[in-house]
This record gives sequence, C-alpha cells and structure tokens, in this order.
Amino acid sequence: MQLVLFFVFGIIAVAAAINLLAQRHPINSALSLIVVMASLAALFLLMGAEFLAAIQVIVYAGAIMVLFVFVIMLLNAGEEERTPGSRVAKRLGYPAVVVLAGVVAWTLLTHNPHPVPVNLSGRFVGSPTAIAQLIFRDFLLPFEVTSVLILIAIMGAVVLASPVGTAAGPGSPEQPPAKREG
Amino acid sequence: MLTVTTFVVVSVIKIVIAIMVLLAAVAYSTWLERKLVGHIQNRWGPKRVGPFGLLQPLADGLKFILKEDLVPPHVYKPLYLAAPILSLSLALTSIALVPIGNWVAVGGIYTPLEITDVNIGLLILLGITSLSVYGVALAGWSSNSKYSLLGGLRATAQMVSYEIALGLSLVGVLIMSGSLNLREIVDMQGGHLVGWIPRWNIFRGQIFAFFIYLAAAFAETNRVPFDLPEAESELVAGYHTEYSSMKFAMFFMAEYANMITVASIATLLFLGGWHGPVFGPWWLVDILPIFWFGLKVFAFIFLYIWVRGTLPRFRYDQLMAFGWKFLFPLAMANVLVTSLIVALQK
Amino acid sequence: MVPVSYYLALSAILFALGVVGFLIKRNLITLFMSIELMLNAVNLAFVAFAWQWRSLNGQVFVFFVMVVAAAETAVGLAIIIAVFRTRETLNVDRVNLLKL
Repeated sequence: MQLVLFFVFGIIAVAAAINLLAQRHPINSALSLIVVMASLAALFLLMGAEFLAAIQVIVYAGAIMVLFVFVIMLLNAGEEERTPGSRVAKRLGYPAVVVLAGVVAWTLLTHNPHPVPVNLSGRFVGSPTAIAQLIFRDFLLPFEVTSVLILIAIMGAVVLASPVGTAAGPGSPEQPPAKREG
Repeated sequence: MLTVTTFVVVSVIKIVIAIMVLLAAVAYSTWLERKLVGHIQNRWGPKRVGPFGLLQPLADGLKFILKEDLVPPHVYKPLYLAAPILSLSLALTSIALVPIGNWVAVGGIYTPLEITDVNIGLLILLGITSLSVYGVALAGWSSNSKYSLLGGLRATAQMVSYEIALGLSLVGVLIMSGSLNLREIVDMQGGHLVGWIPRWNIFRGQIFAFFIYLAAAFAETNRVPFDLPEAESELVAGYHTEYSSMKFAMFFMAEYANMITVASIATLLFLGGWHGPVFGPWWLVDILPIFWFGLKVFAFIFLYIWVRGTLPRFRYDQLMAFGWKFLFPLAMANVLVTSLIVALQK
Repeated sequence: MVPVSYYLALSAILFALGVVGFLIKRNLITLFMSIELMLNAVNLAFVAFAWQWRSLNGQVFVFFVMVVAAAETAVGLAIIIAVFRTRETLNVDRVNLLKL
C-alpha cells in the first residue's frame, strides 16, 4: 500500500518537475512547482513527518509560491523568448538531466548498505511536540539565528523593492508594506 | 475494531452527509444574509418565493444554472476555468477535519462525528486557508482585465497578511490545550469554571485572541469591513468581474463555505465546540451536542452578517496598516502573555 | 515497506531536474523556481534519512532549510523586481551590462 502511494506521488512529482522545465510561461512553471511541493508533502506524510508535511503546505506552497505568483502577476513579463543561447542550452540540457539523474540514482540504489530502516519497532512520527522539543532545546541557537535572518531578509526586500528616489523612503510612516500593487 | 471495508463505507456515508449539509448551509446562509441585511436596512428581504422567502436559494441556483455562460475572448483559458474549481474544492475540503459531536454508536458501529481525525487537524485547516489564496490570485490574473488584476492583487496581499494574525491568535489556545488535535482541544473545554460559566477558552483568558481571530477571519474571507477587493463601488467586482453564471456561483459558494469553516474553527477553539447542557434519553444525548455546535456556528454567521450590514469598509492602506501594525503585534503580545501565564502556573 | 533508497533516488531525480532547469532556462523567475526545486529535493533526502535512522534531527534541519528558503525567496524576488524595473526584461541573456 505504501509502495503504491509512493509511486503515485513520486510520478506526480517528477511529471510536474518536467512540466516546470517544459513550460514557456512562468505562471505554468509556478503552478507545476506547487504540484511538486504538494506531492512532496504527501511523501513526507508517508515517512511519518506529519508536522513537516503541514509546514510544507503552509509555508512553501501557501506563502513562498504565493510570493512567486504575485511577482509573476505584477511584472507580467510574458512568455520566454527563444534566443540562440536557449536553443543550445536545451539541446545540451535535456540529455544532461538524464545522465545526471541516472548516475546519482544508480549509485544510491546499488551502494546503500542499509536499505531498510534501522529500527523496525514502534511508530516513528515527527509530531509537533517532539520537533518543538528539539528546536527549542538542542537547536535553540540556529532557531534564533534564523529569526534574525528573516528580519534581515524583510528589511532587505523592502529596501530593494521600493522605488528609487520617491518621497516616502524606507522608514517613513506612509511607506506601504513590501508589496506594491500595480 | 473496524475493518477496512466498514471504515470505508462509514467514511463515504459521512462524506456524503457532510457535503450535503455543507451545501445546504451555504445556500441558506445566502438566504439569511439577504433577510438580515434587508431588515437592518429597514426593508423586507426576499419574501415572495415560498414562506419567508425560504425557497429563494433554489430560485438563485436555478438562475445561475440557466444563465448564459460567457467566456470573454482574451482570458487565459486554463487558469480562468481552473480558478473557481480550485476555490470551491478547497473551501469544501476543510469540512473533513471539523468534528461536530462526540463519538456516537450507530447500529453497533462506534464512530467519531468527523470524517478524519488527524493529530494536526488545525495545521491542515490553516494550510487549506493558505492554499485558497490561489483561487483568488489566479482568477484575478487570468481574467486579463484591469479591475480583475487589481482586485486579485489586493485580495491576495490582504489574505496573506491576515493569515499571520489568524494563525498567531490561535497559538494562545494551542498553548493552553497542548495539542493540535481539534477533538482534544474541545475536550479540554468541557465542564465548568465557576458556577455555571462553562470552561470555554474565551472565558479562560483568550478573549483578546477571540477578537483578533474575529478581525483576521473577516479579512481572510474578504467580508465587510475588509471587502475592498470585491466592492462594487471600487473595483466593479474585483477578481470575479469577468465571471458569469456557474463560475461566479462557485466563487460565491466558496466564500460562504469559507465563512462556515472559519465559524467552525472559532466555535471549536473559543466557544467550546459541542459542549452544552445535555439531558434526556440516549438519542437526545447524541443529537444535542450537534445542535449546540450548529447553534454556535449560526451565532457566528449571524455576527458576520450583522457586521456586514452595519460597518463601512476599510480603505486599502488602512486595511493593510491594521493587519500589520495593529493585529500582528497584538497577536504576538497575546502569545507572549499566554505562554508566560501557562509557564508560571506549572 | 518502501526502501529508503527509492526516496533518495526520487530526490536525486528532482535535484537533477532542478540543476538542469537552472542551466537551461532563460527567464529569471523560472531560474529561481529551479533553485526552489533543488531545495525541495534536498528536503526530501533529509526526511528520508531521518526516517531511516529514526532521528528527528533530519526533520528539524528541513524546518531550517524551509525558513532559509523563505528568506532567500523574499530577497531574490525583490532583486528580480529591481532588475525588471531597470532593464525592462526578465531574460538572463539580456541582463549582461557588466560583460566585458
């Protein structure tokens, strides 16, 4: 049963990733990436990482990809053009992905000394309680550092995306939040 | 112990009943809205189609089905057709996680009154709310029109901004309950605090969180006073300008289904779920919790519609400033104070 | 029971697709999405190893990877908006003013 589910979601993920490369308009690529993330969330659930599956949907598919879709809608740049560089890149690129994926996958499948999980007894569930105990005790310093990182990213994004040379510079009270609507 | 086939059959029956009840609730909340807003504005609502206008939703449904279905020529067809489907299916999915009563024994089968009982039910509900932003964004963009694009962008930014306040306002309840499982959160609210005051989370100190949640929920479902993205006087009809008949009806239904979902979460987390006076014979003991749950959800939707008839709408910059500069710090402060109190009590 | 190496092979395929997408695509935003695809493939590998060795450290690392990806996406998209505002194009072949 788990094998069937793995293959279903695995094939959906790979098909959506190939679709991401094959589409010319960035909005279609963004939607394919959302499908990849959703199927990865299902695979996380299969491996017992229930908190991570929910976080993958909420943060990755529900916030980061919304940011992508927002920027694509805002810039409205249209389809990709076919420059000479892109044709060469495609002719070399698609065989390259087959070679790269093939080599890595073959290595992993033939040289793995522990093909089944080490401890077969008990249910392994990444419940929010267990992960929280790890984050807030053993990994407290990385947690605080990533909080500072997000703060820096917010400030950087606001500064970089704000129009150059307007009256309302960053820090003034009339500055609207980071999103500029057209 | 349930066998696999029994489980599947019971689940299918529950799904069918839940979808039917939800769609009926959506249809009749439109009736309720028109009646209530009419009375607030000192006029009758619908009163001709059946007694008290009760058959009005059926007439509306018939109208939507029979109306001409226009697809404007310059839209981006795949996303234009997919956006209402996405909106409606996400709005209908969240009913699967909402428990409406205790475990009941029907014909020898002991089953909980919800379709699935997951340990992270609340997180999945928040995830579905996050994903429903896509229906709005794609509808606005694919319609290829100024009003739709502006409405879609504004609605997307608004929904994403208020998701933060929504999630944070629920964290206070989670700290007090210690679990993300919706059934466990409700079970912790059984019993009484002092005398006859029930042990609902709203009386156990989460009153501020309740009001933050209320404001954030109004903004998430794009309802007055936060309905700038679809206001008629501002943007024609915002992101669903270019939609007609059944596709517009799907957006409409998705909005009311979202309202019901949000009301259910508020009931479960703040108002004690299905707890209420329970008495009588065994079949009444099973039915009464469902009745109390429905009553509380109805009260919440009544509040929604009452606010719609009464308050003016926010301007867009006021809306964003309210979400980021007022609700978000307030929700953070609520989390801090709650966790301080819970830690000091241990 | 699904062998862990199946998950790792899937992660390898997705990572390879991400790398090739990064190399062959010409639109800045699609390029960026290929980076996100690579990050997702790595997340899958981490969770697979966490499951194999029954240790939650892998899942915590995925949590941090997601946080860093969110921060990087915000800044990267802001840069893309700035590039679009000045160069009026999102094609990487045209953003080559610093070329010798």
